[in-house]
Formats: sequence, C-alpha cells, structure tokens
Amino acid sequence: MVKKLTKEQQDFQQYINKKKPKPPYIKNAFFAFLVGGFICTIGQFILNFYISLGLTFKEAGAPTSATMVFIGALLTGLGIYDDIGKIAGAGSVVPITGFANSIVSPAMEFKREGYVFGVAAKMFVVAGPVLVYGLTSSFIVGLIYYLFKL
Amino acid sequence: MADRKIGSQTIKFNKPPSIIGTGTVVGPKEGIGPLKDYFDLIINDDLYSEKSWEKAERKMLKEASEMAIKNSKIPFANIEYFISGDLLNQIISSAFTARELGSPFLGIYGACSTIAEGMGLGAILIDGGYADNLLVATSSHFCTAERQFRFPLELGNQRPPTAQWTVTGAGAAVVSSDIKNPRITYFTFGKIIDMGEVDSNSMGTAMAPAAVDTMIRHFQDTGRTPDYYDLIVTGDLSSIGKDVAEDLMKQKGYDISNNYTDCGIMIYNNKQDVHSGGSGCACAATVTCGYLFKQMLEKKYNRVLLVATGALLSTTSSQQGETIPCIAYALSLENL
Amino acid sequence: MDYIMAFIIGGFICLIGQILIDTTKLMPAHVLVIFIVLGVLLSSIGLYQPLVDIGKAGAIIPLTGFGHTLVTGVIEDTDKYGLLGVFTGALGASAAGITSAVVFGYIMAVIFNPKSK
Repeated sequence: MVKKLTKEQQDFQQYINKKKPKPPYIKNAFFAFLVGGFICTIGQFILNFYISLGLTFKEAGAPTSATMVFIGALLTGLGIYDDIGKIAGAGSVVPITGFANSIVSPAMEFKREGYVFGVAAKMFVVAGPVLVYGLTSSFIVGLIYYLFKL
Repeated sequence: MADRKIGSQTIKFNKPPSIIGTGTVVGPKEGIGPLKDYFDLIINDDLYSEKSWEKAERKMLKEASEMAIKNSKIPFANIEYFISGDLLNQIISSAFTARELGSPFLGIYGACSTIAEGMGLGAILIDGGYADNLLVATSSHFCTAERQFRFPLELGNQRPPTAQWTVTGAGAAVVSSDIKNPRITYFTFGKIIDMGEVDSNSMGTAMAPAAVDTMIRHFQDTGRTPDYYDLIVTGDLSSIGKDVAEDLMKQKGYDISNNYTDCGIMIYNNKQDVHSGGSGCACAATVTCGYLFKQMLEKKYNRVLLVATGALLSTTSSQQGETIPCIAYALSLENL
Repeated sequence: MDYIMAFIIGGFICLIGQILIDTTKLMPAHVLVIFIVLGVLLSSIGLYQPLVDIGKAGAIIPLTGFGHTLVTGVIEDTDKYGLLGVFTGALGASAAGITSAVVFGYIMAVIFNPKSK
C-alpha cells in the first residue's frame, strides 16, 4: 500500500464494506463448476477423438489444447465468449479456452491502433504474464531437477 | 473585495445566468431507459457510423453541442467560449470537438462531475461580465471508457455488484446572460475528499463522501436546508453510493431522504444489467440537460440542487495501489 | 466414465478459481497466473500426474494443466539433453498450445470486431 490510511478512512472503509453487496457466492460457484466442467467434458470428447485416430493419451494432449484454443478464439471473435463469462466467471476463465479469450479480446479491440502496436502488442496484455510466470517457474523447476540429478 | 462569494466555498451570482438551451445525444442502451423521452437524439448503433468508438464519442459531443445552440435560438457566432471535458486521456473528445466548432476553448477535467464544474465556471464568466453566451458540454462512451479504464469488451469476466455502467452519450447547454428560466443561482466548489477507497469497481462508495461534503458546505454557506429544494440530485453515485450518501447526511444531521435521487439510478431501469447504475460524464450531463432542464422548463421542478461527482483516478494510480481522490460540485438551479 | 471424471475434476478446479475471485481482490488475470504457477508446483512435486490420470481432460484443459505440460516437458528434455533441456523443454512441450493461441488469436482479431454492448 502506498500510504497508511487515517483512522477516519479506516472507519469509513469498515462501514462501506458492510454496505457493499457481496457477490452471489453460491450461484457463482455453482455456475463456475458447471461451465468449467462442461468445457472440460468437451475437451475430453476431443481428446478421445484424437486417441481414436491412433495417438497415445500423452500425444493427444497437444492437439486437444490447440483445438480448445481454436474454439475459445472463435467464440471470442463471434462475441459469445464474454456472455458465457458473465455467467460462468472462473468457469470460463480457468480453462485454456479462457486463455485464448484473453488473447483475442484485446487484439480485436485494439485493431484501430494498427496491426503492430494494436493487435500484435495488445495480444499479450493478459496472456503475457501467464507465459512469463509459467515459463519462469517451470525453468526453475527444471534447473533444480538438473542440479539434483548431477 | 469578493462580493459574490459567500461562506467558504460558495458563489452567489448577482445576476443569475440562465440556461437557454440544451442538447442531448444518448446511446441505444440509454435510449430504452426510463428517461428516453427527454433526450433529443438516440443513436441506434454505438459506433454511430464512425470507424472507432472515440470518433463516435466526438460525433455525439459535436451533435449535442450544435443541438444546444440550435435549441437556444442564438446564432452560432454568439458563442463566446466552449467549455468542455471528458474521460479520455488528454480530454481528446473535447479538444477535437473544439477543433470542429472553432470557438475559443476551455478544456476542463472533473471526470463525471464535468457538467457541473463547466456550468459553474461558465456562470462565473457570465456573471462576471466576461461573456454573454457560452457553451458547456461533455461526453462519455461505454466502449471508450471501458477500454481505457478496464478491460477489452469481449473479455469474459464478471463485474462485481458494485460496478457501474458508463453512460454512452453527450450533453450540452448554452449558458447566457439573457433572463430566462432556469437560472444558475449558486455554485459550490468541492474539495478533494478521499476516504481511502482503492477499488475502482466501487466508484459510488468512493464518491459519496465528496458529495456529502459539498452538500453540507452548500447548506452551511447558503443557510438553506434540504427542504428548500424540490429535488436534490447527485451525479453518479448509483444505488449503493446513494444509500451511503443518505446515511452520511443523516449522521451529520441533514435528512435528504424525501427529495433525493441520483442520475446513475434514474438513467437505467433495473432490468438493464448495469449492476449498481450509471456513471460517466454523460450520466449527470444527459440527465441534467435532458430530464432536469425540461422538467424545470415545465415547472415540474422549480428548485433543483445538482451535485455532480467525479472520481479523479487514472489507470496508473489504480495499478500503483493509490486511493481514489473524489470531488463534487454543487449547482443550484432555480426558476426565479 | 472419462466424461464424468473430466466434468468433476475440471469443474472443481474452476470452482477454486471462482472462490479466489469472489473472496479476494484478485482479478481474473491474477488467477490465471496463480493457476499456471500452481500447476507447475503441483506437477513438480508429483501431485498433478495422479489428477491427470483420474480426470484426463478435466485436468489438462484448465490452466493448471498447462503448467503441468510445461514441467513434464522440462523434465523430459533435461533427462535427454541435460542443461540445454532446462531451456528447451517448457516451450517445446507447449508449442502446440502457444502457437495455436498466437495464430488463431491473430486470425480471429483480423476477421472479427468487438460487438456493441
């Protein structure tokens, strides 16, 4: 925090926190579970499809992710994904389709600022941090693993 | 000797300037709200046939301004100043509209309180004898504000129940030395009030203390009581902020519950999925220049206290964890 | 059976995300970052693989699964190529997901425009 709040401000914040309506926890949790589960079930369907083409379970993971990303990107482009998100919350944020949504939505929105500084640069406003932390943490894990193996 | 200043923060106009004409343009969502009959133009596409939302916002501001001049029945050349502000970085909507209009330009920033700040400053120029007619205008657009302050439109996120919906629209008014009703009789400047709110999704509760401070200052400076007014209307506190403001006023010994409402509540009906209500420069502006002005012309209301509120934060200050500085300007509009 | 387990495990992971968003001040972007790092950590101590075995797509599709993919790739490549594998593993394993996200993302952004709200 930048500055410590005064006593008066703290009291007001306490009072305000009582006034603010809480999000509908149960309803939100229910829909997050339902939609999140549903998206994963579709994922399972696609995974089984790739396995039926002769891939092993482990090999089928990558094309499944790519297909789900495509679906997420397409639904974002069609303007449907944000409507799902309004109901599902984390249920549509956490699956990899939500990752695709976080890439397409800013890219599309900033098209008017050009294809370099708009679309391409804004693509990673949300996805960038995810990759940075994902890659860095897995790098550290790999490094530790390598050092212990020596 | 400042003979027109009373109390600590209020200006009492010697010859109260008049609002002689207004113009309002609103977007499709506002155009199906409860006040739809009071707006001059409802656009049915929020791009307004332009290439970007920023251009659309400018076009609304320009049309509202031109409409206000037309409705006030004075020639365009008689507009001596154009006072305007908006939410976009470096108030581009206003500056670009001023480029089109060609009048001398005063750019101001009061966030959502801009319309009251502008009308107050305009009234000072007129009562001071520095002008006879000037134009005050402001605009906001859901899509431009959303991409500047929050998230891309198609991002699938949930908004908390305290969130407000930026009004798409523009409001403009011609303030004049002509003697006509309604008149601007008092203008109370606000101080920055910051009660430690950091959540930019809860502007109403952040701004309520600023509105309360300015209202109390207004009543103390003028010696009036809340009953004096037919209607006290805050800018865009919306449902939660309005509750808080009422509570705080009661604590300070002022009961405003009988004649108090808020522009953010008036502009949408509660089926419109706008969470706690409307906000943005155009919220107070379109309600004032549309609904309040027309109700005052018809003498449904004769004494209105407009307390427009603004949250003076930026995305940078929010991300750096700063609390939100808020302001409110009170304008006493009366039929004399 | 696969479908039911995918639904339950996947739904449950999303449920945790929702609770995080609703009860804390975290934004969805924070939650995404937390989940991928969580996936990396759980996977590196061997707790995520059992979840994948039970939940299949239910554990792969959420972003924690993406973290798991990164770690599995790093470990495999480190076994194969030594220190170089620490650098190549994560991106190698997630190449399909990342490249498809960039390419499909770009194409969709070029084709479509955001809708009025």
